[in-house]
Amino acid sequence: MSAVTSTERLQRLLALVPYVVSRKVVGLAETAADFGVSERELVDDLNLLWCVELRAPDPYCPIDLSYEGGEIMVSQAESMGRPLRLAVDEASALLVALRMLAELPGLEDRSAMSRLIAKLEAAAGEAASASAQVAVQVDLQGDGTDGLAAQIGAAIAAGRRVHLRYYVPGRDEATERDVDPMRLLVVEGRPYLEGWCLRAEGMRLFRLDRVLALTVLDQASAPPPEATPVDVDQGLFRPSPDDVHVELELSATGRWVAEYYPCESVSELPDGRLRIVLRTPDTGWVRRLALRLGEDGRVIAPPDLVAEVRDAATAALANYVV
Amino acid sequence: MSKRKTERLLGLVVCLLSTSRYLSADQIRQAVPGYPEQDELFKRMFERDKEDLRDLGVPLETGLNHPFDDDPGYRIRQQAYELPELRLEADEAAVLGLAARVWQRAELAGAAAGALMKLRAAGMDAADEQSARQAIEPRLGTPEPAFGPLWEAVRDRRPVTFSYRAAGRSEPQRRELEPWGVVNRHGRWYVAGRDRGRDATRVFRLGRIAGPVKFCGPPGSVTVPDGVEVRELVRDWDSAPAREHPAVLRVRSGTGVGLRQHAVSVRADDTGTPGWDLVTTRFADVGSFADYAASFGPDVVVLDPPDLREAVIARLKGVLA
Repeated sequence: MSAVTSTERLQRLLALVPYVVSRKVVGLAETAADFGVSERELVDDLNLLWCVELRAPDPYCPIDLSYEGGEIMVSQAESMGRPLRLAVDEASALLVALRMLAELPGLEDRSAMSRLIAKLEAAAGEAASASAQVAVQVDLQGDGTDGLAAQIGAAIAAGRRVHLRYYVPGRDEATERDVDPMRLLVVEGRPYLEGWCLRAEGMRLFRLDRVLALTVLDQASAPPPEATPVDVDQGLFRPSPDDVHVELELSATGRWVAEYYPCESVSELPDGRLRIVLRTPDTGWVRRLALRLGEDGRVIAPPDLVAEVRDAATAALANYVV
Repeated sequence: MSKRKTERLLGLVVCLLSTSRYLSADQIRQAVPGYPEQDELFKRMFERDKEDLRDLGVPLETGLNHPFDDDPGYRIRQQAYELPELRLEADEAAVLGLAARVWQRAELAGAAAGALMKLRAAGMDAADEQSARQAIEPRLGTPEPAFGPLWEAVRDRRPVTFSYRAAGRSEPQRRELEPWGVVNRHGRWYVAGRDRGRDATRVFRLGRIAGPVKFCGPPGSVTVPDGVEVRELVRDWDSAPAREHPAVLRVRSGTGVGLRQHAVSVRADDTGTPGWDLVTTRFADVGSFADYAASFGPDVVVLDPPDLREAVIARLKGVLA
């Protein structure tokens, strides 16, 4: 059995009775799936509920249920027929996320959103008012990306291909490409278009703040069967065996780099300096980063990138010699 | 996990829910199986059980049935316990599923899952909730270890202390804060409140908090001043200043795409070697614009103003130092 605590199991038991009551009769398999437990664990739970006994003033069993033939029925639930109200954290988690969703451009069903927020606030009562005081709020990045997101949302809904003019800062290059849009992702406050890129013949993520122009085409979007969306919960950018390991040494002023870019490792050096290792498929942006950092960040490895940065700086300085 | 403890807690909830009168600790011991005979042991166990139930959000009430009673009794009022009637349409359940997934890999994932379980228990169909159109998928992360304790501190209105490494400083400093709210902006978490040491409103980035966040006062001891908009505080702290200074740059043709986006004017440079454009643009701050211009390496040359030009040269010399 998984390592759940007594109180976690109690929460499940308290939800189980009203779950069955509200459905009158429900299958074991379906119930187990909804609660994320095995059927065996579920049967253990049901037996435990059925065995609850109060001894005084007169002994009695408050809960009566059966699960014969794989169908659960509760014939007596006493005062446990309704679920426990939402706790502050539970109400807050949902309301904070909903308020963020409500602000997202590109979301079509706003009426369901506002109806749901109103119902939850009413049902959560005091717990909801606490969530307003908690004031966890989310601002999305990218001024001017709202219109883009709405355009993309509409293109996805209509099943149309789009044409992008897209900026690749690592190469300081504007690229032109046709994309079959599949989803709009918002991860770490940053909106992305995920779709099948016809030029790269692969799934690609496009940051909306780097889209220079977007046109919805007349052609139908037709991603091939192998076009499968990324599992956002595994992280958007997955390391590849072809990645280059880049080692940088940062001054105290350059420490922000470790906050901005996902690092493979970060180690503290004296005087607030840091040594970091980044993994990247493309070192173009690291060269630009090193030029920007000047003495606040030095590439240590790989050697050809060290040379590339020095050459770029030397060539750039030559432009200033008049 | 102890099955005996789960059984005892469940019995305690059922027992207290089914009474309208307050039950004394002794009556509870008689009714609920699983409590020890010995008084001291019972007392300790009962105290812990009460705490566990309150942590779960079970509204355990304490009171007297009669003004002359010696010891307080306990009960759970059905109305305070129950989730009110909540009927969700299929489209509402779909949006709810989307909202719960926002926290999937983050600090509040457990809370979101707990809420879903209760709403399913209230009759919501799990199939509806998973049917959300996959066209949009938002996620919030909480990689900063400080998020958990600060969320609790804001929720419970408790002051905290932590050490904080301000931008560009090498040594972290001790801060004592009355937190008013936690805000995510551009994917990063911030906390705003009154810095006790400085007696002023301050905003901190959670990623710069070094080491643990500790409570330094009881729940309820922080008062959020009326009219405070935490979101505005963070926005002001973080927002970029206006671009008001003009700059003239030489930019190699076909390069500097990002830079040209904000240009006031672009024209071919016919004064020197061919293949260059003259780009006029505006910037906010010499330091950060010099960083940006230097990042283009040999493709961008600052002509004016002189202080910007010097700053870029200094960056480039720094690379070679």
